[in-house]
Parts: sequence; C-alpha cells; structure tokens
Amino acid sequence: MKKFLTAILFAPLLALAAGPELHLDRAPDKANDMAALQNGAKIFVNYCLNCHSASYMRYSRLKDIGLSDTQIRDNLLFTADKVGEPMKIAMQRAEAKAWFGVAPPDLTIITRARASEFGSGADWVYTYLRTFYRDETRPTGWNNVVFANVGMPHALWELQGEQAMGEDHKLKVVKPGKLKPQEFDAMVGDLVAYLKYMGEPVAEFRKQLGVIVLIFLTVFFVFAYALKREYWKDIH
Amino acid sequence: MSCDDKVDCGRRRLLVATAAVGGVAGVAVAVPFVASMLPSERAKAAGAPVEVDISKLAPGEMMTVEWRGKPVWVINRTKEQLESLPKIDSQLADPKSEKNMQPDYAKNETRSIKPNILVAVGICTHLGCSPSEKFKTGAESGISADWPGGFFCPCHGSTFDLAGRVYKGKPAPDNLEIPPHMYLGDAKLVIGEDKKA
Amino acid sequence: MSKMNAILQGTLNWVDERFPLTSLWKEHLAEYYAPKNFNFWYFFGSLALLVLVLQIVTGIVLTMHFKPDASLNASGVPVAFASVEYIMRDVPWGWLVRYMHSTGASAFFFVVYMHMFRGMLYGSYRKPRELIWIFGMIIFLALMAEAFFGYLLPWGQMSFWGAQVIVNLFSAIPFIGPDLSLWLRGDYVVGDATLNRFFAFHVIAVPMVLLGLVAAHIIALHEVGSNNPDGVEIKKKKDANGIPLDGIPFHPYYTVKDIVGVIVFLMVFSVILFFMPEFGGYFLEYNNFFPADPLVTPLHIAPVWYFTPYYSILRAVTYPLFGIDAKFWGVVAMGASTLIIALLPWLDRSPVKSIRYRGPLYKGFLTAFIASFLILGYLGMLGPTPVRTIVAQICSVIYFAFFLLMPIYSSLDKCQPEPDRVTSK
Repeated sequence: MKKFLTAILFAPLLALAAGPELHLDRAPDKANDMAALQNGAKIFVNYCLNCHSASYMRYSRLKDIGLSDTQIRDNLLFTADKVGEPMKIAMQRAEAKAWFGVAPPDLTIITRARASEFGSGADWVYTYLRTFYRDETRPTGWNNVVFANVGMPHALWELQGEQAMGEDHKLKVVKPGKLKPQEFDAMVGDLVAYLKYMGEPVAEFRKQLGVIVLIFLTVFFVFAYALKREYWKDIH
Repeated sequence: MSCDDKVDCGRRRLLVATAAVGGVAGVAVAVPFVASMLPSERAKAAGAPVEVDISKLAPGEMMTVEWRGKPVWVINRTKEQLESLPKIDSQLADPKSEKNMQPDYAKNETRSIKPNILVAVGICTHLGCSPSEKFKTGAESGISADWPGGFFCPCHGSTFDLAGRVYKGKPAPDNLEIPPHMYLGDAKLVIGEDKKA
Repeated sequence: MSKMNAILQGTLNWVDERFPLTSLWKEHLAEYYAPKNFNFWYFFGSLALLVLVLQIVTGIVLTMHFKPDASLNASGVPVAFASVEYIMRDVPWGWLVRYMHSTGASAFFFVVYMHMFRGMLYGSYRKPRELIWIFGMIIFLALMAEAFFGYLLPWGQMSFWGAQVIVNLFSAIPFIGPDLSLWLRGDYVVGDATLNRFFAFHVIAVPMVLLGLVAAHIIALHEVGSNNPDGVEIKKKKDANGIPLDGIPFHPYYTVKDIVGVIVFLMVFSVILFFMPEFGGYFLEYNNFFPADPLVTPLHIAPVWYFTPYYSILRAVTYPLFGIDAKFWGVVAMGASTLIIALLPWLDRSPVKSIRYRGPLYKGFLTAFIASFLILGYLGMLGPTPVRTIVAQICSVIYFAFFLLMPIYSSLDKCQPEPDRVTSK
C-alpha cells in the first residue's frame, strides 16, 4: 500500500522524468495586488486549512499583505488562539492518512517545491487546482491532469462544477458550478498568489533591498575604481 | 594632517572617501548579523501577553502565571496585609518606589492598579532566583518575630514585603519588577500589555 | 598630533617586541612583491578568501538557529527541515544570512574552479610551486567534503537521497565497503545519527582543516612568490635593493585593485542573492523544498552543479573489469578524476609555463579538456539515456587523456620562447 501511495505522490515527477511535456497554464502575477492576496488568504483559510497545515506561517505575518491584527483575529483565526501562532490544523496526521491514503502535505512552501523546468510552482498549483475531473475508478471519484491518481478530492468542486475527460484528452465541463469559468480562474489565481506569497513572505522586500544594495555597490565601485586608477598611475 | 610635498592630496582625499563608503558598507552588513540574534518571531509569539482569570483568587491567595518564561505572581492581598505595608517603610530600601521598577500606574503605595491585587515578576533582582512566599506573620514564618509577611529568596536571603519592595541591608538592590498589565473587565487581567500600547 | 603619533609608535614598538606584527605586515602585504602584470584571472584567489570568510560568518549565525534533528515535530515535519524555514521566516534577517550561505556555497565552487583554471592557463603549478598546488588540491577536496556534509543539513529530499547515494559509493570498496558505509551513516539508513555527525563535520571538523590548509597555501605562495600570466620568474631580475624589477608591493597596489574585483563580484553575487536565490533550481534544488522522506526517492535526482562532472564520470563506467563490478570502477574513476589534477606538476613537461607561449598541441588538449569537463557537468544534471551515457564515456576518456598523455604532448609541443621580463600593456 505504501509503495502504491508513494507512487501516487510522485506520479507527476515520473511524468517529468520520463520526458513528455507537462503543459502548465501560467499563473497570473498578483504579487503586489493586496486585494487579491487578502482574498487568497481568505480562500486558503476557508478551503485548504482544514486538511492542510501551513505550519511555518504565522497568522501575524499576514500584516505583510495589508491586514491588521484585528482583521486577522476576527476573520481568519480559526485554527489558533493567538495571531502570533502558526497556521496549524487540528486534524491528526494518522487520521488524515487513514482518510486520504496519504497525509495532506504542509502547504507553506508548496509553490517552491513544485517548481520544475515546465514552469514555476505557482503555475503548477494554478493548473492543478483547475484540472480536476470526474473519474469513478478513483476512491474519491476525482482525478487530476497534472497529478495523476491524486489522493485529494476536488475541494473547490462546488465553485468550479464538474469536468470530465473527453476522448480527445481534453477537459469538458459537464456540470456548471457556482462560479463562471473566468470567475473561478480569477479566484484560483488569487489563491495561488497567496500561496506564492506564503512560500516566501520576504520575497518582495528581498527584491527592494536588492535594488538598494546594487545602487550602493555601484557608488562604491566608482570610488574604488577611481582609487585604483590613482594608485596605478605609479606603475609603468 | 596638512598636505605637504610628500603626501599627494588628491590621493588622500580619494582614499578617505573610499574608506568612508567601505565603512558604511561594513556597518550595513553588520546590522543583519547583529539583528539576527534578537528574539525571533517565535520567541515574540511565545512572549505575547497572557490573559488571566482572577475571579477565583480569594483574599490572601497567590497564583503564578508564566509570561515570557518567567513566573509572574498575582496576589490578592487581605485588608490586614495592605494595612501592614506603610508601617514597615523605614525598613525598606526604596519604600516609595523611586527607582524605575514599575510602570507609572503602579508607582504608588501598593504598587498596583487595584489596591488589593499585586502583579509582580517573581524573580529576585539580585541574581535571578525566584523567591518563595512567606505569608505567615511573626516568628512562625521562621524569619523574624516582627515579620509582617512577604517573600524570601532562598539563594542569598533577600526579603521582600507584600508589595514586592526589598528590605534594607539585603543583597538585592531593587524592588521586584512590576510587569506592564491591565484589566479587561473586573476579573480579566492581561499581563505583558497595557493601555499605552 | 605628533604626540598622538608618538603614542601610536610606542604601542607598535611594544607589540613588535612581543609579536612580529610589523614584519608580518611587511612580509605578506607591504613588502610582498607581486608581478605587476596580473590580469582578470588573478582576482579569484582573493575572492576565494572573501567567500571563505563569508561562509564562516554566515555559518556561525545559522548554527545559532539550526537544529540537526531528524525527528518529526508536531506537524509531522522533520525538526531540521522546519528549523531552516524558521530561519527563513522567524529569525530577524535569517533569510538573508541563509541565502548568503546557500549562494556562497555555489559562489565558492565557481571562484575556486576559476582559480584552478588560472593555474592551468599560466602553469602556476610548475616548479617551484608544486606544494602550493598540492595544498590547493587538498583544499579543493576538503571543500567538496564540506559542501557534501552541508548539503545534508536542510534535510530535504535532495539532501537525503544525495547523502544516501554518496555514502553508498563507499560500499563499492571490496570487503570493507558495506561495513564502512554503515559506520559512516551510524545507522542502516541515512538518519538522525548521520545528520548529527554531518553537522559536526560541517561546522567544526572540516572548517578547521580548511583554515589550516588555506594558511599553508598562502605561506607557501609567499615563500616562492606569485606566478604571472607570462609564466616568467620575476625574482630572476632584481634591482640594486634586491627588489624584483617587475614586482610591485601587494599593498597598496593589489589591495586597491582587489577591492574593485570584490565589488564587481559582490554585484554579481547580489543579483543572484536578491533576485534569483534558487538560481533556477541549480543553487537551491526545487525538490529540496520537500522534507526528507526515506520511503520515496524523487525520480530525478542530480547532485548540485559543482559535483556533476565527477558524477557523470561515475555513471559513465558501465563495464566490470578484472572480475570486479562496474560500481567499484565507477567510484575509482570518480576518485581518480579529482585526484589526478594534483599530479599536474609532474605530468607537464613543457619548457614554458604560460599558455601564451605554448604550442598548438597543448592548446588543443586544454580546449578539449575544458569542453569535456563542461559537457560532463551538463550531462550530470540530466537523467541517463543510452546516447548520453556514450557521450559521457567519450568525454571521460578525453578528461583522463588530457592528464595521462600530457607528458608526451607537452614535450612534443612547439613552444614560443618566453620573454626575459613580464610583458605589460
């Protein structure tokens, strides 16, 4: 059983190593869109944070994306008592394993781990969340295009509706959901933007600091190069 | 140093300027390394304010709460205990709490917000042991015949009264620290945060 | 002012009577005469020293927060893996220190490879600098060990399986192999015991050896003096004061020049650190963001880029020989591919040192060698296919031929005469 499950878990990697092209849709870039990130955080807490933990991410860190302590406490803090605590879940790992066959992975850095030569980790998650389809041969009744024989059911199915795999290997909507396809894509885009932010909360600051450091080094270079020229006038 | 024939002034100026820029670089690089040793987000979260329910704390009783890994005492002092406080002023090192060991709102006779409730960090100001309570009065306490009740540090024998004030002639230099605290309602005490913040 | 100077001078004299401060300063900086014609390639020695310091300082800070513990925490994540994310998020500026260290590891190998290539270009390993070269090669081996031990510490999937594969290389040694790899791991699989001992090797044992070797490398260099792009000995032509005519004091001339090199290096380093710390998965491998799982091997595992040439050579050996299986000979070939570089001082029979005066044979062999090294490095990052294995085998042959045939082609080569003095632009 364990081997079987591990095979499931790494099926996408098998596809990757075996060579066939893995087509990933490009996740929209919303790294600086605070409204999208906040919406993504809300979706994450409501839909993901029941089974998946984000155990390296503290609720208080959400201040980065423009939320206040009070907003976090009132709207997002379901699984902890204090905003300083990390996003853990109440579900026991052993139970989770019994239910899903494999314990749902921690999602804090999932967008970093899922990067590959086919696209960024955000692209992978963006494609993954939108390509669930009905498959009655699976215990959950769901399968996925980028993650074959996945253990997770389609958590967002009420919103997206149901898709089926056609004979031509293309997905077709067979039962519409609450959201129109564009609305659903935008929503998943927000969620993925949040996941990407959570993977490395410091990323935007890192780039800003990088610009300052490079400007400083350029100034330093000008002085140091002038000094070198000055001294090397002696050498003939 | 003045410029003379031997020293090339342009070169010296350039050297000083480059060294200055390099110095700025050195300091800027040192900042993250030094700052990395400050308390982490985890330590800060663990040191977050603590809420305590004191509704069941009867007069004469004491409870110990952990805040930032330190014992914080909450004591509900009886009327007699409160009345004993001013009588021993002459035996104390800092009876008026002149030294900055408490927030301003606790700089009073009882060193507290509510007169009967004392909130104090239970760490001796000498070398960091935690004193033990000696609430029994007189010879029964084993300290002295006129002991009015208070605390005794087992490490080096410092004694404190029921407001955490240190006795004269003891190794501990200061009164016990009063942490920032406030009340949310009658029986809900928050330690580590006050209204200023 | 003059009183101030007198006090300073007095203090200096007091120290000099007890410790050779002034003479050390003169010997290694102010009166160390380096050839005046150093070019671009000569930046990499001082850059290697800079990166060494950077790795030590950032490493000390990381050690304050990292926990070498493979047990699972309450969220089911190994403590070591979680402590790296703790550094990245919760420790003030921890992310910067960690990225400096991870980028620094790759930078170290880049700089050291360039430094070694410089030695090959200008014959810096030739007499009388054989010992400098030997010390340098031991530094290189220690650096590889340091990188290997350090790579296990984040306890991700690549950490775990990389260590698993490399430790198992030792099991190829006949008779004692299996017991040796068991002893190295301290467990039947790479586990908590392995993580803890690799931590000890990474933070104390190997760094101490490295520092000692670096000191020996520099002392030996300052004893014989630096080579230069013309490969001629500047000590042969001295002025009346015994100072080489083509030598200039290292300080201030090369200190100010190296500062410029350091700044340019730091600019490149910063671009990577601040804008692409993973460097497309080459500096921080994506799979290493999954915690180590002893039950699941990632289907594509490759060493970090700086090990891939040797890894390719290991895989290229597919034939058993003398009744011993291919695995053993692969390990032997891989070991030989790193050790054989140390023999260069004795393999090279050319009358000249520098590439500038060498003939077409050597230039051709060197080009083929560099090409094979790069191709092997590239192949080492990819999974094996039959075609790739054949290419790797051809490149491995070229790699070894460069060294083994050197006594022949370097003495047959048509060289140009070396000049008497260094040439400068």
